[in-house]
Amino acid sequence: MLGKLDWSAIPFDQPIPLVAGAVVLVAILAVLIWVVVKGHLPYLWHEWITSVDHKRIGVMYILLASVMLLRGGSDAIMMRIQQAVAYQSQGYLPPEHYNQIFSAHGTIMIFFVAMPFVIGLMNLVVPLQLGVRDVAFPTLNSVGFWLTATGALLVNISLVIGEFARTGWLAFPPLSELSYSPGVGVDYYAWSLQISGVGTLVAGINLVTTVLKLRTKGMNYLRMPMFCWTTLASNLLIVAAFPILTATLAMLLLDRYLGFHFFTNEAGGNVMMFMNLIWAWGHPEVYILVLPAFGIFSEVVSTFSGKALFGYRSMVLATMAICVISFMVWLHHFFTMGAGPDVNAIFGIASMIIAIPTGVKIYNWLFTMYGGRIRFATPMLWSVGFMVTFIVGGLTGVLLAVPPADFMLHNSMFLVAHFHNVIIGGVLFGAFAGFEYWFPKAFGFRLDERWGKAAFWFTFLGFYVTFMPLYIAGMLGMTRRMQHYDVGAWRPWMIIAAVGMAVLSIGVICQIVQLAVSIRNREALRDHTGDPWDGRSLEWAPSSPPPVFNFAFNPDVRGEDAYWDMKAHAKQQSLEHERLEYQDIEMPRNSPTGFICAFFASIMGFALIWHIWWMVILGGLGAFATFVVFAWRDHDEYVIPAEEVAAIDRVNLEERRSLVSMAGAV
Amino acid sequence: MAMIATAGHAHADPHHIGLVIEHPGPAPKRIVTAYGFWIFLLSDIVMFSCFFAAYAVLSGQTAGGPRGSEIFEPRNVAIETVCLLLSSFTCGMASIAADVRNRFWFYLGMAVTCVLGLIFLAIEFREFADLVARGYGPSRSAFLTAFFSLVGCHGLHVSAGVLWLLTMMAQVFAKGFRADILRRMTCFALFWHALDIIWVAVFSVVYLLGSGA
Repeated sequence: MLGKLDWSAIPFDQPIPLVAGAVVLVAILAVLIWVVVKGHLPYLWHEWITSVDHKRIGVMYILLASVMLLRGGSDAIMMRIQQAVAYQSQGYLPPEHYNQIFSAHGTIMIFFVAMPFVIGLMNLVVPLQLGVRDVAFPTLNSVGFWLTATGALLVNISLVIGEFARTGWLAFPPLSELSYSPGVGVDYYAWSLQISGVGTLVAGINLVTTVLKLRTKGMNYLRMPMFCWTTLASNLLIVAAFPILTATLAMLLLDRYLGFHFFTNEAGGNVMMFMNLIWAWGHPEVYILVLPAFGIFSEVVSTFSGKALFGYRSMVLATMAICVISFMVWLHHFFTMGAGPDVNAIFGIASMIIAIPTGVKIYNWLFTMYGGRIRFATPMLWSVGFMVTFIVGGLTGVLLAVPPADFMLHNSMFLVAHFHNVIIGGVLFGAFAGFEYWFPKAFGFRLDERWGKAAFWFTFLGFYVTFMPLYIAGMLGMTRRMQHYDVGAWRPWMIIAAVGMAVLSIGVICQIVQLAVSIRNREALRDHTGDPWDGRSLEWAPSSPPPVFNFAFNPDVRGEDAYWDMKAHAKQQSLEHERLEYQDIEMPRNSPTGFICAFFASIMGFALIWHIWWMVILGGLGAFATFVVFAWRDHDEYVIPAEEVAAIDRVNLEERRSLVSMAGAV
Repeated sequence: MAMIATAGHAHADPHHIGLVIEHPGPAPKRIVTAYGFWIFLLSDIVMFSCFFAAYAVLSGQTAGGPRGSEIFEPRNVAIETVCLLLSSFTCGMASIAADVRNRFWFYLGMAVTCVLGLIFLAIEFREFADLVARGYGPSRSAFLTAFFSLVGCHGLHVSAGVLWLLTMMAQVFAKGFRADILRRMTCFALFWHALDIIWVAVFSVVYLLGSGA
């Protein structure tokens, strides 16, 4: 009846996950009860859960990422404490629990923090920057988000019911095969990634189509803001790489569920095939994450330097070069597995070549700042912090791309330090820069600068104190994933790293406080202009937050830095302006399809993990029924009448005009 | 906000020598939908290429079990291929009928497509059932694993296509040739033709090369 599920699935003997699970459960219940009692449920349902507005979906993506960041961060704290105390002792975590923690940490941070964060920012901003009303497929967008949420839910369920994989974040066979991992951990891993992977693919298709087919009039390719270019590159990579992950995980699941022999040791299975496939996805994945961050830095650096981006065309070229080369370096992830010197040399060179377009980008940002009127607002701090940190991370990456050096350093703490250096220093700093930069656009008020700066400095310093010691420990021969160790020379570095983790945590707390303080002071921090940073691209043209239709008129773009141009020529523009007539706007209707799909997908995923076959069938039928009902609906759009558009737009214009006249009076 | 920059500004950019072709604005919905679906199909083909790669790697790993030439039946595969290629033709006819809003030919084209698809699936199912009955199931060897997965994955796509086809017929029956239904029909036709292309690859890589080996 319940497949493999019984009471032994709940880890009564392990207090840490149980207590954590109980606390989270109580918190969720409390929030739910509060929502229901206060009567917010209809609002949440109509305005957020069923929303197909790209801005709202973007915000929900970022919210999901933030919550999961806390979860993944807790795992990180537990690991740092364990390695600080586990010198010649077992530490406080049993080995199998420790193994689950590092697997969950990697999985969560990449798939459920970094991915939703950058996809959320792209969703929020790209249609605005392109001057369009929504993404190409709004309902599909909602489906994509909710499927990602399903994956995150399954990972969190594994905390209390059953276990998570103990195989590392990529579940290498044969360890992840049934004979070595008979539990449900790998199944949790694989199904949550399969389901959220579908969501990611959907988002990728959506954004590629949006950028290529929906740009507003005059938005030629070489007038698109840099963030749109990196979004395009990143989503092209998603479309090309995520199917590889889907196929690879499908093969692993077939091995585990039906006794197939893709990667087994018996009957001719080939483990190296898994390595090739997973890294053919995994290396582009790194650039899927970091390219949007590069785009964010380009926008931020240009805005806060008060200058157009230096070398825009070389930046575009560098972005697309990275997009292509990222598929030609995957083998550097297994230099030591006997591919031979020739193959290693070719992939080593390819891996170093990718540093060239990245270097082009760094110089372009530096030259954008050079001679600019720089304002060190919080997003700019994150950007400058990124440039310094990412160079260190990139250089250690080039070191690791040298095959002989890699033979010494692979699977060491040096490697751990390297990829945290690029992922935190690149992706996470970028995500935070984007968060601070576009927050006013999403919510209509700015974030508190003082707490923002405090958050930056604590995170920045904490990052260095945590991860520089790991480079040294790696040089001293410490390998990754160690549950305990007996080498005294490593210990001081582990303790310093744990201290760094504490500083890093203060940074996170500052960010939470910043959010709370800003929400409390939102009236004082209100952004009346829609353009709080004196921005250059079209997302700053509508009010903050923008109306559901984004633009009352389709913008007509005449050059790079579209909004900067408009501001520069505002006088003539205001003369021409009054002639335009407002028109009815058709917008996609809200739809619960995404939420219902994800509901059935959650049921199906859970049932698949526990081999509850009747429930799998039920979930499948539900999903199909949702699809048919969605396909059957007659009205997928509603009309906002011209008068309403005019009314909304006039309010915004009045607000801006009064500000301008006030400024004129001063 | 009015979104009109000053006239003559386009010439301010020194890189713009000569005529600049202005982007005309968002594409019509028909194009956007078909374009998005093309991209999905590309991603699907990437997924298939992984199974092709796995088959290429594992095709020699028979672990003492049968090789391809011992189990493939060229006659059946030929019939399958004919069915699928013909079904693509009839699907094309149904698309044309939809474009000219001719219900009779639309239903007829779709029905024939459906029957041909089902015949294809039946032959494939019999092939699989027969192999399993002889003890040559997918868990017998890595070669058979890769074979069943690659061909089965295509078969699953055809099955999904048949379901979709029936849904399309029902939709046209219930709602007629509405613009959104026609967009879906375009996507379905693209899907069905793409399955043909993949089958040609399966036919060549698995059955032709396998029979020769």
